[in-house]
Amino acid sequence: MTQAPLFQQITDFANRADPYPLYEELRKNPVLHEEEGGPYVFSSYYDIEALLHDPRISSDAANLAAAGTDTLAQAEETGGLPPSFLRLDPPEHDRLRRIANSAFGPPHRPRRVENMRGDMAAIVTELIDGFGDARQIDLVDRFAYPFPVTVICRLLGVPREDEPRFRAWVDPLVASLDPETRQGADAEFTKAAQEARMQLGMYLSGLVEERAREPRDDLLSDLVNSRGPDGAMTMMEVLSTAVLLLIAGHETTVNLITNGMLTLLRHPAILQRLRQDPGLSVNIVEELLRYEPPVQIVPQRTCITDIEVRGVTIPKGSRLWLVLAAGNRDPERFKDPERFDPDRGDIQHLGFGSGIHSCFGAPLARLETQIALSELARRLENPRLVEDPPPYRQNAVLRGPRHLEIAFDALR
Amino acid sequence: MSADHLDWLRREGRILIVGASLAGLRAAETLRAEGFTGELTLIGDEPYEPYDRPPLSKSVLLGMASPHHTELPHRWEVDAKWRLGIPASGLDLAAKRVRLADGDEVPYDRLLIATGVRARPWPKEDEARLSGVCVLRTRDDAADLYQRLKAGPRRVFVIGAGFAGSEIASACREMGLAVTVAERAGAPLVGALGGVVGAVAADLQTESGVDLRTHVTVTALEGDSVGRVRAVHLSDESVVEADVVVVSLGSQRNTDWLAGSGLGAGPNGIACDAGCRAFDFRGIVTDDVFVAGDVARSPHALFGYQFLSLEHWGNAVAQAETAAHNMICHGADRRPHLWMPAFWSSMFGVNIKSVGVPPMGDQLMITQGSPAERRFVGVYGYQGRVIAAVSFDSARWLEFYARQIERGAPFPVEFPTMDRRPEGRQPVAADFPDPSLPTHGPTVTLTGYSPADQQLVFHPALH
Ligand SMILES: Cc1cc2nc3c(=O)[nH]c(=O)nc-3n(C[C@H](O)[C@H](O)[C@H](O)COP(=O)(O)OP(=O)(O)OC[C@H]3O[C@@H](n4cnc5c(N)ncnc54)[C@H](O)[C@@H]3O)c2cc1C
Repeated sequence: MTQAPLFQQITDFANRADPYPLYEELRKNPVLHEEEGGPYVFSSYYDIEALLHDPRISSDAANLAAAGTDTLAQAEETGGLPPSFLRLDPPEHDRLRRIANSAFGPPHRPRRVENMRGDMAAIVTELIDGFGDARQIDLVDRFAYPFPVTVICRLLGVPREDEPRFRAWVDPLVASLDPETRQGADAEFTKAAQEARMQLGMYLSGLVEERAREPRDDLLSDLVNSRGPDGAMTMMEVLSTAVLLLIAGHETTVNLITNGMLTLLRHPAILQRLRQDPGLSVNIVEELLRYEPPVQIVPQRTCITDIEVRGVTIPKGSRLWLVLAAGNRDPERFKDPERFDPDRGDIQHLGFGSGIHSCFGAPLARLETQIALSELARRLENPRLVEDPPPYRQNAVLRGPRHLEIAFDALR
Repeated sequence: MSADHLDWLRREGRILIVGASLAGLRAAETLRAEGFTGELTLIGDEPYEPYDRPPLSKSVLLGMASPHHTELPHRWEVDAKWRLGIPASGLDLAAKRVRLADGDEVPYDRLLIATGVRARPWPKEDEARLSGVCVLRTRDDAADLYQRLKAGPRRVFVIGAGFAGSEIASACREMGLAVTVAERAGAPLVGALGGVVGAVAADLQTESGVDLRTHVTVTALEGDSVGRVRAVHLSDESVVEADVVVVSLGSQRNTDWLAGSGLGAGPNGIACDAGCRAFDFRGIVTDDVFVAGDVARSPHALFGYQFLSLEHWGNAVAQAETAAHNMICHGADRRPHLWMPAFWSSMFGVNIKSVGVPPMGDQLMITQGSPAERRFVGVYGYQGRVIAAVSFDSARWLEFYARQIERGAPFPVEFPTMDRRPEGRQPVAADFPDPSLPTHGPTVTLTGYSPADQQLVFHPALH
């Protein structure tokens, strides 16, 4: 019997619930290249860290497309909207990310995220109150999804009631990030993903035009009206940035919250401690980002020249897969890496990546998840898992349960 | 050392730390974290608990942080005897005792010296005493300078455009104050980063409205009838009126109290081995005296075993941790302090960071971005290898270059990088000033072969 290459086993849905044994396998061969034309797969913490800071590694969709190993990249390249800063290299990346950041974080808007704390707490309370008399719920549909969506809508200035519309466009886009889906992407799927991106772009362009005429206190207004030293974004740039923030702004947080609750329910003693001390949520979230990161793999990098890692030459144009989740449990870096331990003094994880593309929304995701988990811990009486493992989403890159059925005795 | 003795030391020995600031505190924490349960004493001449200095020339001057609230967070319970507000005044190596200014003596089994540096004062004492003439090293200095800036002086004059002087000028501009900066060299930051990068810093300053005067020295400070400073005289015969003068001429190591102690301590700091053990004046390593932070100078394998003094926050932390570890373990378990030098600063809205030892480099290549856009990475080369790198608003790339330095990667940098501009394809002279000329004091001092060392008087051992 021939065993499928390791990197394909990772994308194989059968291994979604627990990919960690595969990651351990991977780490035995930290620079893995199993197939002609296939990706170079990296799984050691230090290698990944180094590659994320390496100026010879490109995130540019055009470079990936030029390497000719990814059909969807080509389609995205020629699709309607320009690539977001996530898929660009400096100097374009820097310019766009800087403008976006001036609407989001310090120094221009240092408290924008922090100021949403009250709003976030209110949304969480409302959602939990909404469980009503139910004693068993799907945490994803009832909580982990609606919470970050509501938050990102409010932050961007997208009407919450439009969520069902854009969800129909977001889903195929997120699916298109999955390597397995990409591999098998036929013309139809490619077209559908492109369509969805265009539709979402058009929907947002309506809002953006409104904000250009009549700015409000939201991110869309700031993006479209930015006039900093970097000048303004073009309309198309505003749109692809908004699409990026809308998608990345919640898809990952849904998984972080769900993975978080799943992990806590598997570690009842820690859940109990969190219930008594909401402050512990800060450490819990950091450790979660190490232990069960929502972004497991960064599959979209190429090298613009031959590079050498651990004595192996990786030829120019090769596709690189950085398996963040494997690096996060690298015993070379972390003591007792397979243990979920929020008391760890040293949690320098790769959960948000590192380097110039490190997660833009990290402060938001952290705060949302801290509030979500501590409130769930506080309010659910005797919570427990109904099904372990829960059913997972298809996606191997953005990994998380599709449903998380939990039961509890009462609401506090 | 016998295992018994070490056990005893860890259990009930007496460890004394002189210098109760960043390095002192981190060492104390590390000692406790690593299981030292004996008696721990910290001696500091400032009356305050350890506080953080980098904010003093940045957010504190802007009023965004109070000078009284930059205490360093404790990472570990230190359970120590604190003797604050009293300087150590002498050391008896043979008797293992430190003398305090109040006459008290403190015995030790192990001593850590972390007395740092102090601001180099204006050399003419009567002028230095004029009201409005300031330095910036301590919390009290910062509180005083902040008050003076807040009062809205007509002009601030900064002597010396090193990091501290430039940061102060930046804060002044941000507060809308008129500021003149005088620099002996041709540009700001040349001592630390060389003339090519210095030219970028000069543009930053002038564009921000700083009245930058280079190739000049200050010849005199003039006071008014009631002893307030009112004007600054320059070597080009110009006179600039100013109500506040900040003397930012670099630092002096706090080693005076060790004079005559027999320790290898002098104006360049206290020499120690890579394990942070101090040398005595004969170049013999001591067993029970350790050094860490700004006051230390230690050899570094990556940089030709030259003795490096680093006025870098991160170095103080790392060296303190290593010193503390080595103080209470067996010889075989000792660690070398081979920290990759790294420094950051922020001024005029730009974040500046360096790794390695830029002043050692003689050539420079801009490998990413463009100095004209104030976003770039510059790589310094020395004898065919990468020795340092500096970034302006591009700090996230520096880790890569740190690794290049560690590996002794070849220079010039031949491989392509993202955002490499045509001007970055060829190395240019980095343009550091002649090291024998005094500058405002770079934050890195290489003292292995520095001409300053030749002032040593050689006394052969007496038998
Ligand atoms: C304004 C300013 C801005 C800075 N900005 C940066 C920056 O942006 N980035 C960076 O990397 N670094 C920066 N630094 C440098 C950084 O603060 C130092 O590297 C760090 O403080 C060194 O710590 P240390 O403990 O070795 O010395 P110090 O912090 O100098 O502490 C030494 C202590 O010992 C005391 N002492 C001296 N003599 C005696 C004695 N005889 N008896 C008892 N106590 C004594 C001193 O008063 C002092 O409290 C800055 C420094 C200053 C002053």
